[in-house]
Amino acid sequence: MEIILAIITGVLYASGIYMILRRSMVKLILGIILLGNGVNLLIFLLGRITKGEPPIIDSTEKVLQGVYADPIPQALILTAIVISFGLQAFAIILVKRTYKVLKTDDLDQLNTTDEDS
Amino acid sequence: MTNDIIILPLVIHLFFSIVLMFFWRQVNIQKIVSVVGNFVALVLAIWIFIGVYSQGILVVESGNWPAPFGIVFVGDMLAVTLVLLTAIAGFAVSIFSTISVIKARLRFGYFSVFHFLLLGLNGAFLTGDVFNLYVWFEIIIISSFVLISIGGEKNQLEGAVKYFALNFFASMIFLTALGVLYGLVGTLNMADIALKIKDVDNTTLVEISAVLFLVGFGIKSAIFPLYFWLPASYHTPPSAVSAIFAGLLTKVGVYALIRIFTLIYGGDAFLSTLLLALAIMTIFSGGVGAIIQNNIKKVFMYFIICHIGFMIGGLALYTEIALAGVIFYLIHDIVIKTNLFLISGVIYRIKSTTNMKKLGGLYANYPKLSLLMAIPLFSLVGIPPLSGFWPKISLILASFNAQEYWFFAALIFGSLITLIVIAKLWSEVFWKNQPKIKFPKKFIYFDQLRMGQKLTFIFPIAFLTFVTLYIGFGAEHIQQVSQRIATELMNNDSYINAVFKR
Repeated sequence: MEIILAIITGVLYASGIYMILRRSMVKLILGIILLGNGVNLLIFLLGRITKGEPPIIDSTEKVLQGVYADPIPQALILTAIVISFGLQAFAIILVKRTYKVLKTDDLDQLNTTDEDS
Repeated sequence: MTNDIIILPLVIHLFFSIVLMFFWRQVNIQKIVSVVGNFVALVLAIWIFIGVYSQGILVVESGNWPAPFGIVFVGDMLAVTLVLLTAIAGFAVSIFSTISVIKARLRFGYFSVFHFLLLGLNGAFLTGDVFNLYVWFEIIIISSFVLISIGGEKNQLEGAVKYFALNFFASMIFLTALGVLYGLVGTLNMADIALKIKDVDNTTLVEISAVLFLVGFGIKSAIFPLYFWLPASYHTPPSAVSAIFAGLLTKVGVYALIRIFTLIYGGDAFLSTLLLALAIMTIFSGGVGAIIQNNIKKVFMYFIICHIGFMIGGLALYTEIALAGVIFYLIHDIVIKTNLFLISGVIYRIKSTTNMKKLGGLYANYPKLSLLMAIPLFSLVGIPPLSGFWPKISLILASFNAQEYWFFAALIFGSLITLIVIAKLWSEVFWKNQPKIKFPKKFIYFDQLRMGQKLTFIFPIAFLTFVTLYIGFGAEHIQQVSQRIATELMNNDSYINAVFKR
């Protein structure tokens, strides 16, 4: 399971960064989404995957005994998903506006900010 | 005084940003509410600063969860000093915004988002939890995306796309670093990480997480190979927005670097060498970039990059004198950089352009205003006894003591190039005769404003200049504060003990 997740994480990172490096703005958004998912999987993986051991303290005990699944990575991923969801929504609107104003989808055409004015 | 006061800066900005939403279309009420809110925040920040200065580190556990389990807010000297500086810059910029940002922008929630930005900044400075730091960073960047793109002009949108892509990428790298670090130590509390990271055997992975942090914060603070988004985007929004970005957004990256690389990865030899090399290159490339630019806003942007190098280099030296210099420089830099962009806003209002080739004769027409502008410009260069001079003494002394002569040379080079560029700027903008250009007719010039409006333009600059003068002439006090912060940073026991209530 870890191996599969590690490979998927690697593929998501690689394809995300590849997409960000393309010239099209739509691909930039796709890259951002892929990269965000890759990061979430990485956190999930690094929090150690434990199967079928919920972190619930038995009524007879004071602290958790033995192996248990760490709940914190899931909380972190949930937060990260919500945040990147908001950012992606913003990015789509931003790119749409930029396309309407500049009439181009090519990031290399965005060079008026470098002009000497 | 209870510990809870250190979360008041967060509460106050959240409160005012929500209140401002209720006046979505009533721009005039928004202006008053925002200025009042920032004034309250400034008073609070001073109060908290005095409290922490006299009582030591204050800690708040959110939800009353004890330290390593819940999120803690830690008000140590570094954090509260930066909260105070944020309040100073926020106060000045909010007054400046009331007059310089056009109504069309203000009607789309400018002030509300501005307060959210300040909320995020204060949160990032005060939190003692790495993941919480990430969340505050996201609040900062979301607010800054809105501020940079509000208005939707052509070059603004272009700048926003570049700014967005790079900052989002930086956040992802930061999150990756956080994941790796959590996998190694199994905790997110910074004090707890500092204790547990010493027991990790796999030092390669520790260094990988450190380098990932360096890349993530490096993009945000615009250090050498990662700064290219900054000159492409910072000059596009209105001057008031540029000012708050220049003063605080890159500095929050520097703050995060200082915090992470003293508390968690303190004194790692490999990282020190890496940081020092990056610092030298940052100073060099920022300085060279500044000298070839003709637009004064772009000149100031390259100065941001150049002077980030001073701070990163001081952090790399990792001695008490160097860190004191870094903190002093940070204090000086936040005030100065905010002020410079406000000045560029006033120059734009006077002449309808910020291109040095088209500017001129400012000193002949506005002698008093020019003198006011001269003080921050000369402080930036570091002409004694103005504020830029004192931290450079500490940094140069520290680099000499550590026998890092390349950094020593870079410091001299950076200061020299700042002097050259400011001299050029002064003669081009202020002394040269006004060249014959076509002034656009449909533009509200500074002269056409009423007296009260003119004063609203000038008051924030005068206020920040006064703070700069205090930093310069009251250098003994600032040096005392920086020295104390440096001692706290070098011996992180006081921070850890405060968090764990030992």
